[in-house]
Amino acid sequence: MKKFMNTAFSALVAVSVATGAFAAGGEGHIEDVDFSFETPFGKFDQHQLQRGLIIYKDVCAACHGLKFVAFRTLGDEGGPHLTADQVKAFAAEHDVFDPEIDDFRTAKPSDKFPTSSESHIPDLSLMAKARAGFHGPYGLGINQITKGMGGAEYIASILTGYTGKEKEQAGQVFYENTAFPGGWIAMAPPLADQELEFADGHDGTDPHHLAEDVAAFLMWTAEPKMMARQKLGFVSVGMLLLLSVLLYLTNKSLWRKVKYK
Amino acid sequence: MAGIPHDHYEPKTGFGKWLHTRLPVVSLVYDTLMIPTPKNLNWMWIWGIILTFCLVLQIITGVVLAMHYTPHVDLAFASVEHIMRDVNGGWAIRYMHANGASLFFIAVYAHIFRGLYYGSYKAPREITWIVGMLIYLMMMATGFLGYVLPWGQMSFWGATVITGLFGAIPGVGPILQEWLLGGPAVDNATLNRFFSLHYLLPFVIVGLVAVHIWAFHSTGNNNPSGVEVRRKSKAEAEKDTVPFWPYFVIKDLFALAVIMTIFMAIVGYMPNYLGHPDNYIPANPLSTPAHIVPEWYYLPFYAILRAITFDVLFLDAKFLGVLAMFGSIAVMALAPWTDTSPVRSGRFRPKFKIAFWILGLDFMVLMWCGARPAEGLVPLISLIGAIYWFAYFLVILPVLGWTEKTKPVPETIEADFDAKYASKSKPAK
Repeated sequence: MKKFMNTAFSALVAVSVATGAFAAGGEGHIEDVDFSFETPFGKFDQHQLQRGLIIYKDVCAACHGLKFVAFRTLGDEGGPHLTADQVKAFAAEHDVFDPEIDDFRTAKPSDKFPTSSESHIPDLSLMAKARAGFHGPYGLGINQITKGMGGAEYIASILTGYTGKEKEQAGQVFYENTAFPGGWIAMAPPLADQELEFADGHDGTDPHHLAEDVAAFLMWTAEPKMMARQKLGFVSVGMLLLLSVLLYLTNKSLWRKVKYK
Repeated sequence: MAGIPHDHYEPKTGFGKWLHTRLPVVSLVYDTLMIPTPKNLNWMWIWGIILTFCLVLQIITGVVLAMHYTPHVDLAFASVEHIMRDVNGGWAIRYMHANGASLFFIAVYAHIFRGLYYGSYKAPREITWIVGMLIYLMMMATGFLGYVLPWGQMSFWGATVITGLFGAIPGVGPILQEWLLGGPAVDNATLNRFFSLHYLLPFVIVGLVAVHIWAFHSTGNNNPSGVEVRRKSKAEAEKDTVPFWPYFVIKDLFALAVIMTIFMAIVGYMPNYLGHPDNYIPANPLSTPAHIVPEWYYLPFYAILRAITFDVLFLDAKFLGVLAMFGSIAVMALAPWTDTSPVRSGRFRPKFKIAFWILGLDFMVLMWCGARPAEGLVPLISLIGAIYWFAYFLVILPVLGWTEKTKPVPETIEADFDAKYASKSKPAK
């Protein structure tokens, strides 16, 4: 029986190795960042998400879209948690296309963020989950539980990974980037020379801070229910552990008279 | 029920008698719950309950997901995001369903290897084994169909690769492939039929599970000693067995609670761990992912599929790979007839044990190979792994049965059980 437990364990390890292996082929260097939402008890930093939202709006939204994210969710707990008025005001800064009137109109909180300006520009709603980033030092991937999937790190690394070199190929300019697979990316350095102002007095010029803030925001757009999910994990693990202990004791006393007559 | 003699349900009340003569449903439940079960079953006998639980979990969460899901190429991906963002608790249901599939397969592999080690497939349990293999095949099909539904990149390209396998069959292949897809390529018709079948097959599995349970309730459970329950009289049978309720129900519930603890930790803290990030990119027929990799539970058989890289006579490598993949499951189903050993449990077969553990290792190595790109040493290792897989079932099992010197087998289950416990003093309370 012990042997079988070992097998079960080695099965789990093999699974880990197998999944870890997917990422191993990826090129590009991803820098680990200690985001506040990592580890089982981590939380999204509400202020960081709000800063990230401003960066997204002022920088990313020029080209990229967030088509799966509704403005109203900006007011959700466990997210940027804006007030109802702030959500309304934020939505009103956007125009969305309404098929019913066949024209653009001012956005309401129930509308979604605009889509990317051109079809070849990726939507960013799920980018932080669509990129695994890294799978830990030994490719086991088990460190997801403390470090996350690395998708947010991937975004932050891309934004800060520009070397300054450019090349032109088939009429398009590519920029060298240490984090991007292949090393050359079509996106121009978006955070260079940005001077943003934040209500919380945070420095809005350091590209590394800006990259981390917007990466955290995009982690939230990819997984808006992460706080609720971790709470579910905590509560159910706690209750199931208690149940396990009770059942263990029940089982033990039940079998005692069968085993030791 | 045939087999082990035991108490049967006797209706006592007037209503009980009235119902019993018309529909003996209470009797069915009683006989199922009170079935005499070998008392020496170890912890590897918990997986059946885990699997039953998984099936129920997948059906319940799946039915709810289907209420909110839209099987259309333009809407499927967005409807999954709708479930994740707007449906109350939708994210929890979807993550439980997605990870439930992984738990299902971990449990089924543990269950199958348990059967292989303790010779559970041997007479008179061949039908239980064959039905089990059918359930496993249905699970593979259902899992594959379900993975296509979110219509991400891996969904689309996985569907393209797997249905392409059928196209490799000489002659009818291309027609068969087109019939499966509902058109020349993976498209809306494919998604629609995959959704329909993904909803249907779990209920086929429910039916097969009922037959599986019926079959082994007729023969009685196997057990770690491989010795049959004495069944000349009820008194004799009672020395070898305890009723399923409460002894094994409580034991299995304990195991289920422990496994659910781990499961909920994964759902809560790393629900995308076993998935593939590419599936969060909407399906794009114009952009092929760098590595198309199936879900982890298909990897060993995917490795066997890719192991054949050479043509033989007029048969091309791709078709041979398909034959090898399905063949590797078919040879498992043949184990009751290729294993010639008169001793059932691997516990008393020293050489068999070695061959069995190499098979377990082989399975892990093949799983690793399936996840790697087919370059470097991977195809060679896959080929060696595939050869061992076939050799185990077709050569090693029959030859070992004839040549192996086995260790003495206990007289009875009672003797096996007492050897473990009765000699030890009762632990202090």
